Amino acid sequence: MAHMLPLIPAFPLIGFLIVGLFGKNLPKTVTGGIASLAVLASFVVSVLVFGEISSTHHAVESQMFTWLKAGDWNIGFSLMADQLSGWMMLIVTGIGFLIHVYSVGYMHDDEGFHKFFAYLNLFVFSMLLLIMGSNFLILFFGWEGVGLCSYLLIGFWYDNAEYGKAARKAFIMNRVGDLGLLLGIFLMFTQFGSVNFSDVFQPELVASKDPGVITAICLLLFVGAMGKSAQIPLYTWLPDAMAGPTPVSALIHAATMVTAGIYMVVRSNVLYSASPDAMAVVAGVGLATSLFAAVIGLRQNDIKKVLAYSTVSQLGLMFLALGMGAYATAMFHVTTHAFFKALLFLGSGAVIHALHGEQDIRNMGGLRKMLPFTYAIMLIGTLAISGFPLLSGFFSKDEILEQVYLNGGTLLWGISLISALITVTYMSRMLFVAFHGEFRGTHEQAHHLHKPGLSMAVPLGILAVLSVFGGLLNTPHFLHLPSPQWMAEWLKPVLDHAHGAADAHGGGHHDSGLALQLMAVATVLSLAVMGGCWWIYSQKKHLPVSDAAQEGFTKVVAGKFYVDELYDWLFVRPTEYLSRFLHDVYDRLVVDGLVNGLGKGVVALSGQLRKLQTGNIETYLLGMVLGASALLAVLYML
Amino acid sequence: MLPLQHPELINQYILLSALLFCIGALGVLIRRNAIVVLMCIELMLNAVNLLFAAFSSFLGNADGQIFVFFIMVVAAAEAAVGLAILVMVYRNTRSVDISFLDKLKG
Repeated sequence: MAHMLPLIPAFPLIGFLIVGLFGKNLPKTVTGGIASLAVLASFVVSVLVFGEISSTHHAVESQMFTWLKAGDWNIGFSLMADQLSGWMMLIVTGIGFLIHVYSVGYMHDDEGFHKFFAYLNLFVFSMLLLIMGSNFLILFFGWEGVGLCSYLLIGFWYDNAEYGKAARKAFIMNRVGDLGLLLGIFLMFTQFGSVNFSDVFQPELVASKDPGVITAICLLLFVGAMGKSAQIPLYTWLPDAMAGPTPVSALIHAATMVTAGIYMVVRSNVLYSASPDAMAVVAGVGLATSLFAAVIGLRQNDIKKVLAYSTVSQLGLMFLALGMGAYATAMFHVTTHAFFKALLFLGSGAVIHALHGEQDIRNMGGLRKMLPFTYAIMLIGTLAISGFPLLSGFFSKDEILEQVYLNGGTLLWGISLISALITVTYMSRMLFVAFHGEFRGTHEQAHHLHKPGLSMAVPLGILAVLSVFGGLLNTPHFLHLPSPQWMAEWLKPVLDHAHGAADAHGGGHHDSGLALQLMAVATVLSLAVMGGCWWIYSQKKHLPVSDAAQEGFTKVVAGKFYVDELYDWLFVRPTEYLSRFLHDVYDRLVVDGLVNGLGKGVVALSGQLRKLQTGNIETYLLGMVLGASALLAVLYML
Repeated sequence: MLPLQHPELINQYILLSALLFCIGALGVLIRRNAIVVLMCIELMLNAVNLLFAAFSSFLGNADGQIFVFFIMVVAAAEAAVGLAILVMVYRNTRSVDISFLDKLKG
């Protein structure tokens, strides 16, 4: 089975090459078909590998070639699929395939059709390298690759200057995080002499190192995760990343790439478990991000921006779970979130597609009757993310809350519950404002409203089913559903050595009564909040005010707490001033002066030297003879 | 090849060659007629030829005479090319005075 491992990233790479090089001259059906089939092939092989892992309980590893060699130290380009990366492979290729199919319909009228699919395939390739690499260097390679694809796809419609800026913002912010990741890897190398997962993640070895250094490594790695997974303070790029086409938002900026940070932390769980301080930082940043982004989400009126802030908030929840040591719970939420957030984004794409590019929910309304299928999709997605009983988000979010209660205490539990309730609020608000009430768009839009085509509808349907039933992957014991805690069991071999981790409830020794109470409280409150939103936005037909009418705190929230402005003032402007200063002073005066001065000096000197060239042959001859005589004289005297 | 009848005469040969060479060099330096300059160059070459021949005989070694043949061939080629250039120069300037050829003045 190991020999099939390289095929998984190879298929999308081949797809990328074919579509990228020849896609321009191929019909759109062929281009989209090749790109989708490449990912489907990866998915099939991933399923086979997954089956292999689940029957043998051993990681599959494939050494491909020596990548770097310096002295007796070398880094192999080797891929690995264990329980964790096997699971991620299924998510990336599975959801990736659905989104490819969806994009065939969504992007059908776009000029850059083939370019889009080439980028998507390149993304899937990079993401697979990220999760399948068996050392930090390959992980970093994939990490940079997905960053590049994210940049390319955010700026996909690059003739819009704003979109180009959003792409650059995402890229630069990610660079800040990547620097942290890189420094973490360097520090790890100085400590362990290796960046291979198998060499570093040895609990006894980690325990023998200075705890301060381990904490430093964890925090540096976490800086990388902050950038990629959009945590405070590096989260502002993600909402702007919605400039890209909607399938990109679904695939890259919700379902897969942004969970790379979570994956990396789970992968490094041996290190994190050895450093309670780093865990506390992870939990703190996660909780703060979760709450902060949720509050901002309350006052966003762009349907994709709402979803973007919701993504940031949900990622925060996942990091909170990681900080509690509940790695399997975090991976469970990664999975369900991938289902319902991809569904929500693709659903919002169907809305935007139907309304010809309208994204402001204030200009929608009443779509429930006009787009019943899309409404059903968005309803399922909203219910799932809100934790409606028995849908996927219900189980995963509830498990996070339970873990927070058990490991973090009542206060943290309270804050994260508030964050979850705010999530319910803004999601319901978006749903009710956009789909209930009267249609507020133009007559033109109402006339052209259309259902999503088949290639868009089928992936939506599949994702809807996954969003409904995804929670069954990791049901709690006390509900007595079949195969409880399947996912925790599945990931156990990867996490087993994480001593002191909170994923111990696989044994079922915790208090079911307490868990049930927590679940009941969270569910009742969520339903109450959802009902309240229904009352306000659907029955009373309350509408979000226009931008101009916002005042006070509402305005601050709608302005995203002016964090962008703060960053602009703190970092962007000083950099620009410094650049301008360096340009005017250093570049103009020093560098230009040096270069021009050198040129002028040479001209002046040669002006003198050229006087030697008299053009008089006799002078030359005389010089030649005198020179030869002098040479002879010197030779004679020596 | 017979050895030189009077080995002590090699000094005279050297002196004669040096004299011829200096006359040639002087001619090249002070004459302005390009044809005379070319002839002076021939004189310098032949001074060297003479020296080669003398030493060849003196040392009983034929290498020097081989060199002489090479120099003669090169000198003939040089004279042919040089004269051809001079013909072109004359056609353009109606003169073979080398002091007029100063177009390359810097």
